[in-house]
Amino acid sequence: MTKMFFVLLSLAIASQGIAQSEKFTKAMTTTITQMDSAKTADDMLAASAAFERIGDAEKNQWLPYYYASLSQVIYAFMKNDMSNNDALAGKAAQLLDKADGLQPNNSEISCVKSMIATLRMLVNPQQRWQQYGATIQQELDNAKKQDPTNPRPYYLQGQNLRNTPEQFGGGCNSAKPLLEEAKKKYEAFKPASTIAPNWGRDQVEKTLASCK
Amino acid sequence: MLPLLPLLVLLLSFLAGSSQTVVSGKVKDNRGRPIQGASITIKDTYDGATTDSLGAYHFKTTEKGEQIILTTSIGYKIQEQKLTISGAAMQLDIVLKQEPNELTAVTITAGSFEASDTKRATVLNPIDIVTTASANADVTGAIRTLPGAQQVGESEGLFVRGGTAQETKVFIDGTLVNNFFFSSVPDIAQRGRFSPFIFKGTVFSAGGYSALYGQALSSALILESVDLPEQSSASVGISTVGLNAGFQQLSKKKNASWGVNYSYVNLIAYFAAVKQRPDNFKIPAFHNGEVNFRIKTSKTGMLKFYGYFNFNKLGLRRPDIDSIDLKNAFRLTNFNIYGNLSWKEKLTNKWHLYMGASYSTNTDKIGNELQDQYNAPVMLSVEPYDTKSFQLKTNGDLAQIKTVLERRLYGLSAIRFGGEYMYFTDKNIFLNEYATNDISTADDHFKAAFAEADLYVTNDLAAKLGGRFEHSSLLEKSNLVPRVSLAYKVGNKAQASLAYGIFYQKPEKDYFLRGYAYNDLLYTKATHYIANYQKISKDYTLRIEAFYKKYHDLIKTYGNNNNGMIDSIGNGGFGDAKGIELFWRDRKTFKEVDYWISYSYLDTKRDYLNYPYAIQPNFAANHTANLVVKKFVAKWKTQFNGSYTFATGRPYYNIRYNNSSGKYQIADQGKTIAYNNLSISVNYLPTIGNTKARKFVVWVFSVNNVLGSDQVFGYNYSYNGLRKDPILPTARRFFFLGCFLSFGVDRSDDVINSNL
Repeated sequence: MTKMFFVLLSLAIASQGIAQSEKFTKAMTTTITQMDSAKTADDMLAASAAFERIGDAEKNQWLPYYYASLSQVIYAFMKNDMSNNDALAGKAAQLLDKADGLQPNNSEISCVKSMIATLRMLVNPQQRWQQYGATIQQELDNAKKQDPTNPRPYYLQGQNLRNTPEQFGGGCNSAKPLLEEAKKKYEAFKPASTIAPNWGRDQVEKTLASCK
Repeated sequence: MLPLLPLLVLLLSFLAGSSQTVVSGKVKDNRGRPIQGASITIKDTYDGATTDSLGAYHFKTTEKGEQIILTTSIGYKIQEQKLTISGAAMQLDIVLKQEPNELTAVTITAGSFEASDTKRATVLNPIDIVTTASANADVTGAIRTLPGAQQVGESEGLFVRGGTAQETKVFIDGTLVNNFFFSSVPDIAQRGRFSPFIFKGTVFSAGGYSALYGQALSSALILESVDLPEQSSASVGISTVGLNAGFQQLSKKKNASWGVNYSYVNLIAYFAAVKQRPDNFKIPAFHNGEVNFRIKTSKTGMLKFYGYFNFNKLGLRRPDIDSIDLKNAFRLTNFNIYGNLSWKEKLTNKWHLYMGASYSTNTDKIGNELQDQYNAPVMLSVEPYDTKSFQLKTNGDLAQIKTVLERRLYGLSAIRFGGEYMYFTDKNIFLNEYATNDISTADDHFKAAFAEADLYVTNDLAAKLGGRFEHSSLLEKSNLVPRVSLAYKVGNKAQASLAYGIFYQKPEKDYFLRGYAYNDLLYTKATHYIANYQKISKDYTLRIEAFYKKYHDLIKTYGNNNNGMIDSIGNGGFGDAKGIELFWRDRKTFKEVDYWISYSYLDTKRDYLNYPYAIQPNFAANHTANLVVKKFVAKWKTQFNGSYTFATGRPYYNIRYNNSSGKYQIADQGKTIAYNNLSISVNYLPTIGNTKARKFVVWVFSVNNVLGSDQVFGYNYSYNGLRKDPILPTARRFFFLGCFLSFGVDRSDDVINSNL
């Protein structure tokens, strides 16, 4: 009888565990879709908040915090009010720190770190270029080292150069080799799971097209 | 039955899960305004929503019973509240409290201009100091374009709001700097000793400064040195005035750095190319050395050392004003060492500690010699020639230590308190026809204790209340002074402030070293009243300030003839200053142009030194205006800077002793012509933004007084009062051309270069 009890109990716990992980994947998939289809800055912010809720409830999953931070960064870019970037970058960094704590030395997290530094730099590029320019580069280098197959650091670097004026060493000509490299890497890239980071492929195409 | 229990629980929870509750409501701030983008969550669940533009939210949940609702939004405090979910639709309105935020809170600004990277409420940033055309990379040169500062070309220092240069004190990392400027040369203003590149933050207080500082009647210039460099680097520079080289090493872990710099300045080539008014028989030459180290002592602690040494010599000859064929030859040798050690640490979440210690020693050997047409020494035992030749060796040391403890209170409020101890030793050795090795000394053990509280009543209303106690062993006197400021936010990005304070300053050391008679000298005293309005946004800064300053117990000098000799001194002087100042900076209206305008109106009179009664002092102009323009042309990688300064004429006096009345009186007076100065500078940065560059190059070209406007800083009178000579700049224009290179030793982008 007691044996039976333990079998049933473990079954109950296991099934709840599976239910839990299914629930997590389902919620993540839904929210990733919500993020991908966000039309306005506010939609993006809502996605970020939803990711944060999942992260807070799960406590030991890094992906929700990673996405929460990423969508916070994209929200800031969509808002396009550079004077407010410090506050938004602060929130994004706070979320990313949690992801970083759960999954240290992750290439995808390093990519978002560089994006946060970009946000901070854009508050006042003339003054902050030296400080944050170094951080942006450092984090992209880390990302490349941590996962050489990850196309995103190449895409981000290419994108940054694309947006830098030519006279400062930027422009299409400098960006192209990196974007081509990113494209190649995207073709070979296989995400670790259905909810693992897998973004940027279309943007590379778009950026390359804009350079023609 | 037992085994069925978990199944039952499971079943029940599934059943419960099938029914959903709708929760909805509005999120507002404490003024009832809707908050958009706030996130509402049932703690430890996925359920929640984000508010729309009207602050409304709604979501469905399967949770039941007592739950905790979390609401967050950037800039607001996290709100946690309990909610019992029964199954019926729920309405929950939430009020969020603003989080105290340095970026949006009111700041105490009356009287002070802050230049820093870290805070947004700044008027100037450190880059501005080096790109102000008229400044020639001198910190105080840039400060002189701000309201409150006078244009005084014949003497170094900052003359602020009717105060003398001695009434402005300079502090580096919290401690007082003696000899911030190079040693005085008659009628030629000297530069500040320190490079602007070693400072990351500058606060220029034209009045009403904090109780943490003292002994400056008018103004405080508070400089904060840089922290760890971004990377290791080496630099070299060559210019029309000299050479420099430096090296900075950052440790692998990026938690410590050390560096050295050396510069040699010699004006021989420059003086050969640009004719100077005085005859420079000893061309100015300067050796400057700097060492520094910075160590991160913990995640929040930083230990910094900055050491400086300078040795320079110069000699110049000018016609003697009392004769046609005699000359005065002035020589100066200066030796200066300065060291500053500071430590900052966050002891706990609430307690911060700041400690600073500094030491400086300065020796000036000054000689003046009366010479004939052939530059041979002349000795004449008749007035006024008998006292013209002299030798003076002055030595001044200052050792000090300062400790400040800060306790954070609620919100942004904080209380700071601490003390400082300074030991001044000064010595003069004087030699002339009447005195042989006349040695005089003055030592002062100076102690101060201070406390100050920043009280934020709300995010919009703040008060700074402070007190300071001082004791000088030289004066054998103590003082206790209050300092008060208030700031109130009067709308979006605008605020109004008031400040009041009493400031004491001991009489200059020279009064103790020259053998004057006095009995019971007091501190000189000033009382400040300041009202300020400012509005700062990303693109514009507007600042209007009005002040009234009352002087008491200023030093009066007494004598009994016309040779300039002083017999006795006392504290009988007084005066006042009032004015209105305006500052406008605009980074937006003209494309890629950043400009500022400052205007100062000053009305001041004082009776001090040998003034017969209260008059407008010779260092004060009624109207001063500056226009500073900067434009960066990205296509050419070049920054163009221009500045134009205008000041109305300053009064000058010939104050003579009248034997019959036994008093000083004004024998002659007038006003100098107005001061005009148009300066330009061009910075060419060929490698800017090039991530592949291994070296960073900056070319600098500047011209001071491009138009060659006549500038007269005042007049010198002959002994008999019959002749007056204008005090003029040493040359009509000043030119500078330099090239500076820095090499990043540890280039992180080498990696990318090899990848490309």
